[in-house]
Amino acid sequence: MKSIRILWNYMGKNRLLYLGAILSVGLASLASISAPLVIRITIDNIIGDEPLAAPLLIRNFVENIGQAFWVPGIVLIIITIFRGLFMFLRGRLASQASEGIAKNIRDRVYNHIQHLPYKYHKEADSGDLMQRCTSDVETIRRFLGVQLVEMGSSLFMVVLIISIMLRADRRMTMLSVITLPIIFAFAILFFLKVKKAFREADEAEAALTTVLQENLTGIRVVRAFANQDYEIDRFDEKNQVNRDKLYHLIWLLACYWGGSDLMAFFQIALVVISGTYFAAQGEITMGTMALFTTYIGMLVWPVRQLGRLLTDLGKAVVAADRLQEILDEPREELVENSEQPPVTGDIVFDNVCFGYEPGQRVLENVSFEVKAGQTVALLGHTGSGKSSLVHLLARLYDYEEGSIKIGGRELKTIDKRWMRKNVAVVSQEPFLFAKTIRENITLASGNVDDEELYAICQQAAIHDVILSFSQGYDTLVGERGVSVSGGQRQRIAIARALITHSPILIFDDSLSAVDTETDVAIQRALEKRSDKTTTFLISHRITSLAGADLILVLDHGRIVQSGTHDELMKVDGPYARIWDIQNTLEAEIRA
Amino acid sequence: MQEAVLQEEVHEEKIDLKLWRQILQLAKPYRRYVVFAILGTVAMAAGDALFPYMTKVAIDRFIVPETTEGLPLFSVGFGILVVMQSLNVYIFIKMAGKIESGVTYTIRKVGFEHLHKLSFSFYDKRAAGWLLARLTSDVNRLGEIISWSLIDLLWGGVAMIFYAIVMFTMNWRLALLTIVVLPVLAVASVYFQKQILRAYRNVRKMNSKITGAFSEGIMGATTTKILSREEENLQEFKTLTGGLRASSIRAATFSALYLPIVLMLGSIGTSLTLWAGGNGVVAGTITYGVLVAFASYTIQFFEPVREIARIFAELQMAHAAAERVMGLINTEPEIQDRPGLKDEWPYLEGAVEFENVSFAYNPLEPVLSDFSLKVRPGQTIALVGETGSGKSTIVNLACRFYEPTSGRILIDGVDYRERPVKWLQSNLGYVLQSPHLFSGTIRENIRYGRLQASDEEVERAATLVNAHEFIVKLPQGYDTEVGEGGGLLSTGQKQLISFARAILADPRIFVLDEATSSIDTETEMLIQDAIRKVLQGRTSFIIAHRLSTVRSADVILVIRDGKVQEKGNHNELMAAKGYYYRLYTNQFLEG
Repeated sequence: MKSIRILWNYMGKNRLLYLGAILSVGLASLASISAPLVIRITIDNIIGDEPLAAPLLIRNFVENIGQAFWVPGIVLIIITIFRGLFMFLRGRLASQASEGIAKNIRDRVYNHIQHLPYKYHKEADSGDLMQRCTSDVETIRRFLGVQLVEMGSSLFMVVLIISIMLRADRRMTMLSVITLPIIFAFAILFFLKVKKAFREADEAEAALTTVLQENLTGIRVVRAFANQDYEIDRFDEKNQVNRDKLYHLIWLLACYWGGSDLMAFFQIALVVISGTYFAAQGEITMGTMALFTTYIGMLVWPVRQLGRLLTDLGKAVVAADRLQEILDEPREELVENSEQPPVTGDIVFDNVCFGYEPGQRVLENVSFEVKAGQTVALLGHTGSGKSSLVHLLARLYDYEEGSIKIGGRELKTIDKRWMRKNVAVVSQEPFLFAKTIRENITLASGNVDDEELYAICQQAAIHDVILSFSQGYDTLVGERGVSVSGGQRQRIAIARALITHSPILIFDDSLSAVDTETDVAIQRALEKRSDKTTTFLISHRITSLAGADLILVLDHGRIVQSGTHDELMKVDGPYARIWDIQNTLEAEIRA
Repeated sequence: MQEAVLQEEVHEEKIDLKLWRQILQLAKPYRRYVVFAILGTVAMAAGDALFPYMTKVAIDRFIVPETTEGLPLFSVGFGILVVMQSLNVYIFIKMAGKIESGVTYTIRKVGFEHLHKLSFSFYDKRAAGWLLARLTSDVNRLGEIISWSLIDLLWGGVAMIFYAIVMFTMNWRLALLTIVVLPVLAVASVYFQKQILRAYRNVRKMNSKITGAFSEGIMGATTTKILSREEENLQEFKTLTGGLRASSIRAATFSALYLPIVLMLGSIGTSLTLWAGGNGVVAGTITYGVLVAFASYTIQFFEPVREIARIFAELQMAHAAAERVMGLINTEPEIQDRPGLKDEWPYLEGAVEFENVSFAYNPLEPVLSDFSLKVRPGQTIALVGETGSGKSTIVNLACRFYEPTSGRILIDGVDYRERPVKWLQSNLGYVLQSPHLFSGTIRENIRYGRLQASDEEVERAATLVNAHEFIVKLPQGYDTEVGEGGGLLSTGQKQLISFARAILADPRIFVLDEATSSIDTETEMLIQDAIRKVLQGRTSFIIAHRLSTVRSADVILVIRDGKVQEKGNHNELMAAKGYYYRLYTNQFLEG
């Protein structure tokens, strides 16, 4: 029931449009069932001379026609015009409503996802999220736009036709509806049962796609080990499973359509035969018999449809639930104390503790101090807490204990988004959007003139690379444009960070895919510009860190060594050890 | 890629018979089912034509003469028709299912096998996603077309003929009146179906843009957060969803218009029969039964017309899919074995010689010119140079992933084009910068190097490259799933596994595209040690970034702009004080 309320809520302002659609459905149904009435009257009352049981107005009209058969013809056309008009309105209004609703859902989900906390995204299964955002929304849209309306239309038809049938002949009506409950139940039961077959067919196709995808992306590996035959066998196996599952599903459907057709046709035959019998006996008129034979077709198929549509309701409810799960995730708190003081690069960490899960500290009693314009280097194993430390600065996470002061102010009192505007982070695997390179670089800075853009890109050692692309700065990145290498991607992201002129810059192992020569070039450019900018450097390449004003060596969330390169080299500790490992060749080269 | 996207847009109007003939060839194994499907379809169309006729018989034979004599026999006949028709429906769907699942299976199989014959130049020009779509959605569409659409088309044609026969035998004058609107209907149907399909194709295009935007929103969520760009993103997204809403409503409007128009045209036919038929009944030239039957036929007759129009429009649209799939299957592989090569070849020693080799990926941009190099079995060649200098080209040529445009490459003194591709490639070990793992367990991934290897051999290989230790520490040890693309392992771990895989294959020639760092120092040392072991006793080509690897190489080639700029071992090149010297000492400028 809750899910149905969710669906109802999605409708929002579009409910009125929906009402219009439902109204049109009713009127269209009314028009479509009037057409057989015209034929019946033509047969019984115009050709024949049966007494017409109808309101006086219609009776007079029919009597006045005499034998002018063009009149019922025109009436039929007029009725059809009305029917067509309402059918059109129904389609148009329902699509306006459902597309509007789908748009609302999409916008809402998209925006909600954007505002979920950093932690959520680090742990999220993006494939599953995608699935919900695309196919679940589509399921709801289809249900509201097509299936619900069809359901309404079927219901109208069933109710209207049965009530007209009842007025025409009670006994014939009983005979007309006798198998309908069975057809209805059969449809529901079948589509509930067949769910498994649908899922299995989907899974078989997904498995097939996975093998295919792996072969396409790993084609070099397949060839290098000459495993083509093995892969062909592997694919053939999945291909066969997919074929068999698909066939099984279609076979089930063949049974369903064949079986329900048998019942439906049986119902029609029953009406024709019994109608013939009663008409031959003179118990009903020929027009009534013709009416029943026409109506039974209009009754049987919608009933069969209804059963199927009800199972679609089930699917829509599941989809709505899955979407609601996303929307129920709490958004990141943004507006607690939205102070926006000027941010400077003077940073003090005082006994800072932090963990992602309660009781599991990733940072423990971290204390250090940096002046604006200084460079801090972080060294340590994967998982030693380097990235967590810098993420705290951008307020992507909140520290649990201790204090961090930025320019003398407690970090927790500063507005999150304001802080992010003042901290530029470049990660190891930066994400580029499917936009032009220019747009990607100026994402956070807004418009800048070309001169500055080029200067920044030269600092990031990417300017020449960009110019070598066919459309220069206007080259699209991603699937529909150029594919950029890992190192180029990192350098574009560096330019994106530099152009904001943030007082705090963080390079989270963001030069890892850049060759040593370029690395050095970028470092030099950074040294030249950083007068007031505080820079945090994370790298495994120890030579990149050696020039920093402060080097912090982290191990299991604690600072185990700190100082400058010269200071640390004098001590027998992890820094000197790593330096030695990485530079065993130094002496030889200098010699 | 750009070109590939464009290709999807054109080719819509004409139907290429040669292409469809080739596709039908692929359906040949399913001839038996096709025959049954045709029989079922024809019988079904006959049944559809008979139902209204039964009403006519009922009226003229029983109701008008007011007799029930012969009604039992009529009922039995009707019953048989009902059972036959349901059976026809069952057979029709079952056979279509057999054909659909079979044809998609065959096309996929042929396509997949062909993919493994194609050269890398083919893969370099096409994105994996594009190729994936050819063998998934395009093949699915082809399968649907060949089974359902062609059978529906047959049904439409046959049903129309049957209806016409029945109508003309009953009363040719009325039949002519019914058919009078047919040409108008046919033209309107073709027009509308085309518009509808085109409009829906627009919707699909918009839809895939939204999917792209969602994917970007989810994958780039953390970046968005860091750049504080939520608001701008939402605005851009809303533009897209707005566009989708507009195009969806447009498509829905078109389809909402179509059915009313068909009905209206149909009602003209019905009115004409009612008018002429009514007069006929009064004049005694037409029986009641014929009039009632015609009232049904005028409505039913239009359904096949609609079907045929729909399928023609679909066929036109499917043509693009057919062309893409067959285009893939018909692509000639660039590298093929010379005809008449025997299967048995001598042991590969590993001597490689480049003899005045030139190469260009496309004729206008030579990548390598007049390159010569002699490598003795067991030597290690390190390739040093900037991205795009031609390092990878040399490796690709040595592996025969590409063949020289001019010049020769000799393996053990023989031009490799005189040997089968497999001879070289099955003796090849290959480790990529970002190692590609297949979904499956670690054990399966290592065994990929030699599929017959025993568990002990797998573990021995892992131990040799220092991977054993971390593997046994994992909760499931060797049976740990690596996740799609190895996503559950770190880069360093993936590299170690790919070394184990390569060493298990025991190749004569080994190619290594070294990863630039981003791995912590301890894993780094394990990898260096592993590399040393893998190289022992094999001819190796290394695209090198690590000093230790470069230093121990027998020959170092410094490549710039497709030419060998410096060549020699470490000591020789250091003494020359050229580019290599600069590159090397740069590492330590910061220290």
